[in-house]
Amino acid sequence: MTQVNTAPSAPSPAPAGSAPARVAPAKASLLSHSLAKPILALAALLVLDIIFIPGFLNLEIKDGHLYGPLIDILNRAAPLMLAALGMTLVIATRGIDISVGAVVALSGTVAAMLIGGTMVINNGQPEYVANTPMPLALAAAMGIAILCGMWNGALVAGLKLQPIVATLILMVAGRGLAQLFTDGQIVTVYYEPFFFLGSGYLLGLPVSLWVVAAVLLVVGLLLKKTALGLFIQSVGINPVAARLAGIKTATLIFFTYVFCSACAGLAGLMISSNIKSADANNAGLLLELDAILAVTLGGTSLAGGKFSLIGSMIGALIIQTLTWTIYSLGVPPEVNMVVKAIVVFIVCLSQSTGFQKLWKGRQ
Amino acid sequence: MNTAVMNSHASGAARPNIMSAPWFTSLVTVILLAVLLAAGGSAYEGFLSGQVLLNLLIDNAHLLVIAVGMGYVILAGGIDLSVGSVLALTTMIAAALLARGWNPLAVIALVLAFGAVFGALQGALIHYFQLQPFIVTLAGMFLARGLCYLISIESITIEDPLFVAASQTQLPFIGGFISPSAAIALAVLAIAIWASRRTAFGRAVYAIGGNEQSALMMGLDVARTKIGVYAFSGFCAALGGVLFAFYMLSGYGQHAQGTELDAIAAVVIGGTLLTGGYGYVAGALSGVLVLGTIQTLIAFDGTLSSWWTKIVIGGLLFLFCVVQRLLSVRSQQS
Repeated sequence: MTQVNTAPSAPSPAPAGSAPARVAPAKASLLSHSLAKPILALAALLVLDIIFIPGFLNLEIKDGHLYGPLIDILNRAAPLMLAALGMTLVIATRGIDISVGAVVALSGTVAAMLIGGTMVINNGQPEYVANTPMPLALAAAMGIAILCGMWNGALVAGLKLQPIVATLILMVAGRGLAQLFTDGQIVTVYYEPFFFLGSGYLLGLPVSLWVVAAVLLVVGLLLKKTALGLFIQSVGINPVAARLAGIKTATLIFFTYVFCSACAGLAGLMISSNIKSADANNAGLLLELDAILAVTLGGTSLAGGKFSLIGSMIGALIIQTLTWTIYSLGVPPEVNMVVKAIVVFIVCLSQSTGFQKLWKGRQ
Repeated sequence: MNTAVMNSHASGAARPNIMSAPWFTSLVTVILLAVLLAAGGSAYEGFLSGQVLLNLLIDNAHLLVIAVGMGYVILAGGIDLSVGSVLALTTMIAAALLARGWNPLAVIALVLAFGAVFGALQGALIHYFQLQPFIVTLAGMFLARGLCYLISIESITIEDPLFVAASQTQLPFIGGFISPSAAIALAVLAIAIWASRRTAFGRAVYAIGGNEQSALMMGLDVARTKIGVYAFSGFCAALGGVLFAFYMLSGYGQHAQGTELDAIAAVVIGGTLLTGGYGYVAGALSGVLVLGTIQTLIAFDGTLSSWWTKIVIGGLLFLFCVVQRLLSVRSQQS
């Protein structure tokens, strides 16, 4: 039975065997909590940093803004956290969205092109003015992202294509579209207010963090305080049973893809605002893979059903801390990918029941 | 064809309709290829010359080999995202060893063995620890790409006489010529098609892709087949790397970025279902030729930019998936 097969119409005949994460451990120890492993992994990384990187815990206030390595990591992790948020819900319904990077490129490109910035002389002072009013440009960029999500959602929920194939289409074509818009050039933005989203500060903290926190809060409340979380979980565990129980599975799946693309669109705005330009060729390249990695590291099973938003946030922080640590330790950045791969192997193995049996058998 | 039909029944999907038989979707691809070629022929002078068509094979030999391996993995119900970076890694290893004066044949043998072992290890992880193929091969992709950069961040030129000869030799082939790489790719394709139809291994691949549980109950050696499939895919990726090294005469960590997606696209366009157990290995050829023809059309046009390739490939993927989907819905209703 394929494990990539996530088509809602073909429920896996052996969910128990293929979803190790769903087997509840009998012992109710602290270590058996689903977030224990990701938190331990993050803590281990942080301890490593505290030991080997002088001044890692330094926080200072400059011009009323907080600065320091920890803030830096959080700030840089923001786009990945957003992408991982959306991806978590998609994966929870047994889906996958590999078009995230393309949507990042599209939304960033659209925003950067519409805002651009033209220099005008105002009272003898040179000043940059947006080509299109910024709210309109941001709305257009988010609109494109949401359209992408509707396209993915329609293919998966409406046409019942396999999620990986359905989103592969946009993954291939989306970046091509973004390159078409920009003619393959990097679009530079000169309009100051746009930079606020990616590198501005609000109440001492980076704006990007507030954005992530707001999205997390809204989605978290929606999932916990309404039946939505339960619905998503039941679709992931058994789509047919969920439909028979009266859940509008197709609508639900459709909106998880819309939400995922919207998150990616927001991440795209953040990235292009941070680097003050949009690069259709490279923006968000492989971001979908990092997002999937973050979700997996956070303990969400790719087989659907069991998910944790907080886990995904921790997963994203693990990835970003790892990257930051590698750079700060002076290790060549090329090692980054190798280390990331080894971490994935370790995490996957630690989650596998087969490996756990083998481990216990040896002891 | 019998095996495939039997399997589609075994997996519980009712496909009595001719239109949804595997050969029908493959036929659609071949017709599409003919339409694309005819469109090119009518729009551009010299498009349909024999050498232009043979160049499709020469330029895409590495992609064809990778798509053959990917076809096996997908037929067995898995996916292999590591092939592009394994290709890059083998060009890198080969170039680095050749620069140290190694014997080219020993180098080729070594990288091929390396690719097969790399794939087998991924397959073992997937099978024995019940890990998601998507995640394991994703990690394999990061690992292989990272190892490339550990060898060198720069590109390494290959000056070995055998590799240079392989890149320049022209083998006469139906009124034109092909490169040795294209000949090797065609040979691999032929062997793979034969193995998928005529060997126990090939039948086991279809059976596992159709339903792994049933295959296990039938007494098939699921472990050996699954690991074998990933080992074959890794081998194909390494061979693709050797062919790519013949083509580019360099090793570089950035080689073949995103080739795994091209290979998946080729397999899907070639009529194989990503759910496994349904399709032809031969579809890889038509899929690769369709992708290559689109690129050639855009190159002949001259006014279109290369990103049109991606948009058109995306559109074609969409078309194929929808057609496959509608056909299977119709056959289920009838």
